[in-house]
Parts: sequence; C-alpha cells; structure tokens
Amino acid sequence: MSTDENSSGVVKKFMYVNRKAPYGTIYALEVLEMVLISAAFDQDVHLAFVDDGVYQIKKGQDTKGVEMKNFSPTYRALDGYDIEKLYVEKESLDERGIAASDLMVPVEIIDRAAMTALIDSMDVVLSG
Amino acid sequence: MQFGILVNEGPYNHQASDSAYQFVKAALGKGHKIFRVFFYYDGVNNANKLTEPPSDDRNITKRWSELGKAHGLDLVVCVAAALRRGIKDEVLADGFRISGLGQLIEAGVHSDRLIVFGD
Repeated sequence: MSTDENSSGVVKKFMYVNRKAPYGTIYALEVLEMVLISAAFDQDVHLAFVDDGVYQIKKGQDTKGVEMKNFSPTYRALDGYDIEKLYVEKESLDERGIAASDLMVPVEIIDRAAMTALIDSMDVVLSG
Repeated sequence: MQFGILVNEGPYNHQASDSAYQFVKAALGKGHKIFRVFFYYDGVNNANKLTEPPSDDRNITKRWSELGKAHGLDLVVCVAAALRRGIKDEVLADGFRISGLGQLIEAGVHSDRLIVFGD
C-alpha cells in the first residue's frame, strides 16, 4: 500500500458526523478544521448533522455573551471548497422544534433510517 | 489488515487513550499493521512528557512512547489542536511528532479501517 502523501489518487467517501451543540465543547469547531483539510486532499466529503449537532447550522448565532468565536460563517463558506453534501436528520430537527427554514445553509433533510444507510455507505466516518 | 488510529480524548480523564493503546497492542500481536496513530482534540495531551501520574498507576504517555519505539509506530499530534493546548516540541514525549491534519486524512485514505477512540 502506498504511503505517498496525497499523490495516490485514491478518493474515499469521508463523513463527518456532527452530534454536539456548537459552543458547549470544542468538537464542532475542530471538526470543521478536519473538514476543510479533507477537501484540500480531494476527498469525497460528506457532513451529517444529528442530535444537538443540528444547532451548529442554525441561523442567527450570537456568541458575544459567552465570549467565544462565532465560527458559524464557516459553514456558509463550505461550498467554496466544493463541500456541498450536507445531510440533516429529520428527527433531530423535529425533536428540537427546528424548521428547515431555520438553517443557514442548503442541506438535504433525511430520516433516521436513511441517515443510518448513508453512514453505512461511507469509507471513513469521523465524529465530533 | 492495516489500521489507522485516531485518539480524540486526553489521558486519564477518559478511557479513549487506554482503549486505543490496548487495541494497537492487540492488533500488532495478531500481525496487523498500524499505519499511524493520530492524536486530535484533547488527545494531543497524551504526548505531554511533563505528565506525572502516581507511581502505582499506568503512565499513559510513557506507555505510548515505549510501544511506538518497540514497533516503529508513527505517533502524530495535530499541530493546530496542540498549539491551542500548549503542546509544543519543548514538552513532546519521545516517539511523538507534531504535524498537520493532512496526516489524519492520509491515514483514512491509506488504511483499510480508521478506528476512532473517543465519545
């Protein structure tokens, strides 16, 4: 197996499963850093938002009160990196009373069974 | 089989690093290959040589260094996550190196399985 850096031409399906709210822990922010790098490596990048992870792409985030960096504009910049495969679990939205119109980026909303099948079809699954 | 390993949590606070260590040891024992062990999030703290647990407990950092040396493991700490948490060359334990997230993506591309240890 080749160990050449980024020169093998191998493209795998990477999925980043976002499960946590954006500012309570650092996971959401550091997942984004992984996402951007994998795009630079020409991989087939997918993002999933489930559980409290759906809050990461909710419109109108204001972090002044908690004195943390509002990194949510990065999600809107993802299409500039050709990252356009964003999936949101319908049940997670419904459980939290979030509508599709509350989300800041275009996404495909799929149900839990479809999300399970999608994750199963990936080569590399990373979560945060 | 060739495995890539991702450790996402710091030592002692969480079992992730212990489980990853046991997995790597077992996999090597069965003749599998480890492409790389990558440390991310608070996992970068596993590489801090200043950690000093009580003498009757396992020394997680030292244990990784020793396993790495014995098997020529590539133990890589993410630079961005490390700088945030004060992990620099000055405190880096033997056998670890600091590099970019591209090393993780490469591990995902070149391993048959990338195994993630963390929540």
